[in-house]
Amino acid sequence: MNSLWPELERLLGRVQKPARYIGCEDGVIVPEHAPHKVAWLLAYPDTYEIGLPNQGLQILYEILNERDDAVAERTYAPWTDLEAILRTERIPLFSVDTHRAAADFDVLAVNLSAELVYTNVLNMIDLAGVAIRADERGDADLLVAAGGHCTYNPEPLADFIDFFVIGDGEEVVSEITEVIRDWKTSGRTPGSRRHVLRELAKVPGVYVPSMYEVTYDGPALVATTPRYPDVPEQVEKRTVADLAEWPYPKNQLVPLTEVVHDRLNVEVFRGCTRGCRFCQAGMITRPVRERPADQVRTMVQDGLRRTGYDEVALTSLSTADFSGIEKVVADTVNDPANSGQVSISLPSLRVDAFTVGVAAQLQKARRTGLTFAPEAGTWRMRQIINKLITEEDLYSAVDSAYSQGWRRMKLYFLTGLPSETDEDTLGIAELATNCVEIGKRYNKSASVTVSVGGFVPKPFTPFQWFGQNTVDELSRKVFLLRDEVKRNRGVQMKWHDPKATLVEGIASRGDRRIGRVIEDVWRNGGTFQEWSEHFAYELWTDAMERAGLSIDWYVYRHRTEDEVLPWDHISAGLHKDFLWQDWRDALAEVGLEDCRWTPCYDCGACTGYGIEHIVASATAPAGGSQGTNQDHSHGGAVPVSILPRATVGAASR
Amino acid sequence: MKIRLVYSKLGKVRFTSHRDMARVWERCLRKADIAMAYSEGFSPRPKLSFGLALPTGGESLAEYLDITLAHEWEPSDISELPRRLTASMPTGIDVLEAVALPLGVDSLQQAVTSCTWTIEMVGTTIERRSAQIAAVLDAPTLRVTRERKGKPVEDDLRPLILVLDPTEMPDGALGVLAELGTKPRAVRPSELLTALDPSLPTGRIRRLNQWITVDGARREPLAVGAAVDERTEVGAR
Ligand code: SF4
Repeated sequence: MNSLWPELERLLGRVQKPARYIGCEDGVIVPEHAPHKVAWLLAYPDTYEIGLPNQGLQILYEILNERDDAVAERTYAPWTDLEAILRTERIPLFSVDTHRAAADFDVLAVNLSAELVYTNVLNMIDLAGVAIRADERGDADLLVAAGGHCTYNPEPLADFIDFFVIGDGEEVVSEITEVIRDWKTSGRTPGSRRHVLRELAKVPGVYVPSMYEVTYDGPALVATTPRYPDVPEQVEKRTVADLAEWPYPKNQLVPLTEVVHDRLNVEVFRGCTRGCRFCQAGMITRPVRERPADQVRTMVQDGLRRTGYDEVALTSLSTADFSGIEKVVADTVNDPANSGQVSISLPSLRVDAFTVGVAAQLQKARRTGLTFAPEAGTWRMRQIINKLITEEDLYSAVDSAYSQGWRRMKLYFLTGLPSETDEDTLGIAELATNCVEIGKRYNKSASVTVSVGGFVPKPFTPFQWFGQNTVDELSRKVFLLRDEVKRNRGVQMKWHDPKATLVEGIASRGDRRIGRVIEDVWRNGGTFQEWSEHFAYELWTDAMERAGLSIDWYVYRHRTEDEVLPWDHISAGLHKDFLWQDWRDALAEVGLEDCRWTPCYDCGACTGYGIEHIVASATAPAGGSQGTNQDHSHGGAVPVSILPRATVGAASR
Repeated sequence: MKIRLVYSKLGKVRFTSHRDMARVWERCLRKADIAMAYSEGFSPRPKLSFGLALPTGGESLAEYLDITLAHEWEPSDISELPRRLTASMPTGIDVLEAVALPLGVDSLQQAVTSCTWTIEMVGTTIERRSAQIAAVLDAPTLRVTRERKGKPVEDDLRPLILVLDPTEMPDGALGVLAELGTKPRAVRPSELLTALDPSLPTGRIRRLNQWITVDGARREPLAVGAAVDERTEVGAR
């Protein structure tokens, strides 16, 4: 085995946090490479601490290693200190599992979950020892692939990535493996790289940018068209119909060093139909597919026993919507095997479902942080973004939490939303102040942290046509709010740098020409742009100027209905006219109810693929208004058609 | 009841920090189903008490940990413990031995008075090393300044260098064998290396022993139980 460990061992004493590079996790797989096996190097383009917990990457890691024609190892972006050493010592990017060089692999597969990591992607390709531009790679070079939410607009990275995977990876990763295996076993003859890419382009859910021609008319995009008749005009996302068939990760990796989300994570459902109009994740992952409650319980119990963790997170885009959530929480907290020491965190909690019952269960074990996301400060604004929670919903959730002993909580908001006025922005301060007032009834030191992010319009959302707020406008709003919030000592405020929001905007809705900008920033040393100490705003604005591209055009401009969008040849299942109608509804301040418990709007996500929601409960969860602005304190009684599931008996009361 | 165990830390896992190891231990003990006693309060933690921190990157044959158990254990169960724990700890951590601690034994942090180390001197020569060892041993004082809570503090290392001999690392590289005192504060191997030759880069270090010296008698921390037993026996006679 060609391990680089002996060389690395000598060098790791000189870098910060060397445990990032040793692997050795509980659950690590030490696979046997072989000529007939496709070797995947799964990469997360940020530090180990951020990347290790990524569930998508861990799921593929297990599925691939279970196959007898594939092996998978992992790699993360080396921090700047190690990168400098690797470059001077001429050591390539390596896997953390067996410390093999990237060149020993057939595929470098990068997870894209945020735009600011794009320059790190280029850096990792370069450290892997291949040309950063896809058209300069040869038959002996590894294939560079990308998956994850950002691939719904693949164009900014199209010049650097050989193929993108759109949607859920569980099934398609095997189909891809088979195509690459045939290429590998046939000896990768000269010129065969084009051939394997063409074959990959035929796999549903795979997008090979080099098989498409892009035409422009001045700054405007005219079309993205396939170069060959056997390449699809539109690449459809992949969706696994039933999460119950994919109980992964089975052996979640437990790192030796501290990482974010350092706990057991169990995905309870995928998809969300609350219909928040700013939320790309909700739109692109439809329909809702719940994991059976029994499987959740088993995964929690087995996972805790195997890992030794004392915290479990039930993850999804809106965990309180999981049918029978109170029961799963209660069963875990009260399980004698956990001897009262296991705490549960429910990230992405909707306030309207955070009842005293849930709060009481959660506080039995160690209390974890509590975060609510009202997203906007006024009811008008929340109707526009379709986050239909009322002030009463928020206050009763906050009251439940304080009454059960919490002393502080975090509230997430966005600013720079469509048609936002200063009154809407200042509404954030008012909500926060009122929450602190409620808290003071229970505890004198009650406090609230307000976290404010700048809004970036995302592809495949109704807001994809909206012109993003300028840096100046966002800064003005942030400071307006900060000055207001300062008057209340119980409210702390944190905000995202508006300049970073601009850069996200460039990449979020950019086209293929933005690739030159990303390459320019990378060539000038702009890596780790998610880290404020490394974020380099001027590198981006200078690169845009050098490329002759206008920030105004790419970021600040409102799009029109007939405009060709850079991601029109990708499909998330959503009909473009559904999104456009939803955008008009937003501007008319009209809300849209959740289609899990009301009739279908034919957005396309189910209808187009012949799949349906998998929801165990025929009624909306109890509590609050559940997005309908009606009293649902006993659970909604909306007649629905859902896929019945015999194995689940957890109907809510 | 409390137990004390000794373990080694070798190989890749040596790059984990002291803090990392504390977390690994907590999880491992839960995984191995060892019922631990927990602290009271808002955020209960298991009662574990570690010895003096091993520098990140250092190997060791003598790391110690005291665990407060939720109930009393039979001696036979305690002797089973090393095997059980080694199985649930990461590769490179081997639990070597475990003993029950008598009541009232000082914590490791309080009790340990010195540690023996091998410290690599990367790229030195035998002659240079001899001269440097002699210079350190002959020096009446070795003043070093370090930062503590933002203020410079000066102390003298010389009285804490108890043993300093030439040695070889397992692969034949040159190094020193040193016993370094821990009271009033522990001398770090890197400080000794700087005192010997400030131009040397950090090489490998390995902790071989931790010692508890009481009234001139030097014992290893696991022998403390035995020491207390002897004393009580003497008293009973
Ligand atoms: S197709 Fe209908 S039911 Fe399915 S997500 Fe879209 S609106 Fe909801």
